[in-house]
Amino acid sequence: MTYFEFLNEHGVTLLLGTVTTLKVLVCSMILYVIISMIFGLMRLSKNRAIQGIATVYIEFFRGTSLLVQLFWAYYVLPFFGISLEAFTAGVVALGLNFGAYGAEIVRAGILAVPRGQWEAAHALNFTPAKRIKRIIIPQIFPIILPPAANLTVELLKATALVALVTVVDLTFEAKQINSITWLSAQCFGTALLIYYIIARFALVPFLRWLEVLAARKVGKERI
Amino acid sequence: MQMGWRWDFTFEILPQMAIATLNTILAAGVGYAIALVVGLFFLLGQKTPFKIVNWINREIVEFIRSTPLLIQLFFVYFVLPQFGITLSAWVCGMITIGLHFGTYLSEVYRGALEGVPKSQWEACRALNFSTIYTYRRIVLPQAFPIAIPGMGNYLVGIFKDTPLLSTIGVAELFHAATAVGGYNYRYLEPYTLVGIIFLTLSIPAAMWVRKLENDVNKAQGKIKK
Repeated sequence: MTYFEFLNEHGVTLLLGTVTTLKVLVCSMILYVIISMIFGLMRLSKNRAIQGIATVYIEFFRGTSLLVQLFWAYYVLPFFGISLEAFTAGVVALGLNFGAYGAEIVRAGILAVPRGQWEAAHALNFTPAKRIKRIIIPQIFPIILPPAANLTVELLKATALVALVTVVDLTFEAKQINSITWLSAQCFGTALLIYYIIARFALVPFLRWLEVLAARKVGKERI
Repeated sequence: MQMGWRWDFTFEILPQMAIATLNTILAAGVGYAIALVVGLFFLLGQKTPFKIVNWINREIVEFIRSTPLLIQLFFVYFVLPQFGITLSAWVCGMITIGLHFGTYLSEVYRGALEGVPKSQWEACRALNFSTIYTYRRIVLPQAFPIAIPGMGNYLVGIFKDTPLLSTIGVAELFHAATAVGGYNYRYLEPYTLVGIIFLTLSIPAAMWVRKLENDVNKAQGKIKK
């Protein structure tokens, strides 16, 4: 069987899997950005309790393996009466895990905003909420986007794990085709290529574009 | 089937899990050792004066870094036998982890070498030190502390990625938990235990890395005691 015959026969299946992978990626990306913003801010709270909650959350999700969290969400939560669909469990586990890493990035970004900005906002009698929302947050994007871009590529790679909790994504399809045809080189090779293409020619350019956008925006506001 | 946490079951499976934990630590250690060496080779590929080698090296690193470890594991495990190379799951897992994290470690090494100020090189040139002597006595001692946080983080990273090895049948902690869970049809305790064991190992490891980083910085005189 040549490679073209293989693609002819199984290409559509792999593409459908790719669509699911992209869905998982987009959903968990949105979730992790929201979570990292919230917990990044909580981590810097002056309130000991709020700060403690954020620290425990971050240490917990960074300290355990993503695969364990994924299996826990899918196989153990039903014990407590919470049955999540495979897709939901996957997205939630990915979002929570990467949210913990993202929160640290957000925290570092906020700390990297020059002190003078805080003081100036204070001097202008901004409320704390307004200070964060209008002065600090807009300035952290150029700082946090480069590390966040790395994290997002890691997220794309991590989406492969949801196949293990029966989400029918690209990895799942590749495994399935492998077990039917035993054309391992073709199906896993193709899957690797697809992931590479998504990362290199779609995700990374998009994130670079965001970086340029953020930098430009801050530059404009400064003038 | 009884719902809720069962302590008797927990203690029943605990010895099995403890043994599997040793396997996980072994896998992480061996994988890390391979990754450290592989990282050096990728670094060499980057530093050679041949443009074409640089380019090939960079593309390989880029490819390995942006594809999932899981599929790389499958690839190595299922494809090599087709070329007549039959390796055990353990060997496949170690090779893949070594390659995957080797690319990351090469970046850590590179960053550390670039972190040493150029003036140090110039000073060595002025003092007529040989390249090897410069590396050994001047550059590497300064690059090492810069590399430590990154190297430590990837040790913890490898440790947390070892559960993936269970998918190709390496008998580590997660594999044992799945086996025990499937046998008794109770996943609550095994998977929770795995999580707890990971926490108890990786948090102290992360703290140790942080302390090491501090100590080296102090010894280098970068932070006042």
